[in-house]
Amino acid sequence: MTLVHLTLTVNGRAYDLDVEPRRTLADALREDCGLTGTHLGCEHGVCGACTVLVDGEAVRSCLMFAVQCDGAVIRTVEGLAGADGTQHPLQAAFSAEHALQCGFCTPGFLMLAAGALEADPGVVGDAERLRELLTSNLCRCTGYEAIRRAVVAAAGDQHPGQPESGR
Amino acid sequence: MKPAPFSYVVARSADDVVAALADGRTDVLAGGQSLVLEMNYRARRPARLVDINRVPGFDRLEPDGDVLRVGPLVRHRAFEGDTVPGPLGTLLRRVVHHIAHPPIRARGTLLGSLAYAHPAAEWPAVVTALGADLELTGRDGHRTVSAADFFRGPFDTARRAGELLTELRVPLLPPGTRVGFAEHRRTHASFAQLAVIAAVTLTQGRVSAARIGLVNAADRPVRAHGAEAALLNRPLDDPAITEAGRVAAEQDADPRPQPHADLGYQRHAVAVLTRRALAQARDQG
Repeated sequence: MTLVHLTLTVNGRAYDLDVEPRRTLADALREDCGLTGTHLGCEHGVCGACTVLVDGEAVRSCLMFAVQCDGAVIRTVEGLAGADGTQHPLQAAFSAEHALQCGFCTPGFLMLAAGALEADPGVVGDAERLRELLTSNLCRCTGYEAIRRAVVAAAGDQHPGQPESGR
Repeated sequence: MKPAPFSYVVARSADDVVAALADGRTDVLAGGQSLVLEMNYRARRPARLVDINRVPGFDRLEPDGDVLRVGPLVRHRAFEGDTVPGPLGTLLRRVVHHIAHPPIRARGTLLGSLAYAHPAAEWPAVVTALGADLELTGRDGHRTVSAADFFRGPFDTARRAGELLTELRVPLLPPGTRVGFAEHRRTHASFAQLAVIAAVTLTQGRVSAARIGLVNAADRPVRAHGAEAALLNRPLDDPAITEAGRVAAEQDADPRPQPHADLGYQRHAVAVLTRRALAQARDQG
């Protein structure tokens, strides 16, 4: 099978890859870039564990091929914390609110929330929109309420003065 | 699972796409939110994908005269905001929130949903109810097919091998049209078991035009002509709404056996959802 050469920019670093066209973005991140923080659950777009940001937008990396992302700017859970290891506000809030148990879904939820808060932090002020957002991904441990609290808390930390509805 | 091997080509124009499709073994990659999962299952094994995500202009979404033109790369998410004005925009906004989840809506496309023709998909019934036209482009140029003629059955459309669905043209709804949408699912995350779309134009307090669409109530999207006729020249009151629901269930719907719903249940649900969609149109516009 012919390999395709492409460049993925992941968390600010360029990765030059030679991959088969059938390589999903998720597998390219995990197997070719060595970034195993992105998890693969269902591989058909249901669970959201593989959610990453492509050009700022949360997407299922199991439903995109790496070749589609040539030249794109990708962010994964490994890029959330600061260079000195300081946790991203979402990571701190997930920890504080006990928004994870086994942690398998956590990278996907963090990237889903990061994309949404960066696009519009006002999402946490609209209970229905926030609920719709968080139904995107599956968590089988926490029951979602802790995740909802964590996203609301993180939005408050990132943007003081944002309403924290329903706390 | 992982997809079977395939080769990949990026299109830069509609001509590129049509040229690539000529081999009969190439599939179109737009949003990929159904295609890629079917490839992951190996339910589909195209020899090649032609990626249309980099074709300039394919993301066009614009009112033009009395129609809304939608290009092949307009994502579901485009209909969440205020881009489409008037009652049509209100209807599309109500419907789009029933489609998958935000990350899927950021990638998946409206035209892709039409070409896929999933029996439980909302968009095919919306465009059927609204009397939209679809433009197909192949080696011999363009041809236009009405939505009523486009859908032939589950996953079966009038699109021929080698053709690309290049444009959807939806008639704008006249000012004063009131819209409603009601859907039933077995669980929150399930596909639609049934859904009903309604757009009702009132003139001096009486129904002067009605468009009603049924999702998953037959082997293809249904325009409920009988229920529409039952509303004409009447006020949009409870008796008219009840009658329209009865006619939709008894005349317009042609339900097929489903694992979790016998035919009587499906007809009953069509009546209930038609009433809900029409009541929403009346009460919330």
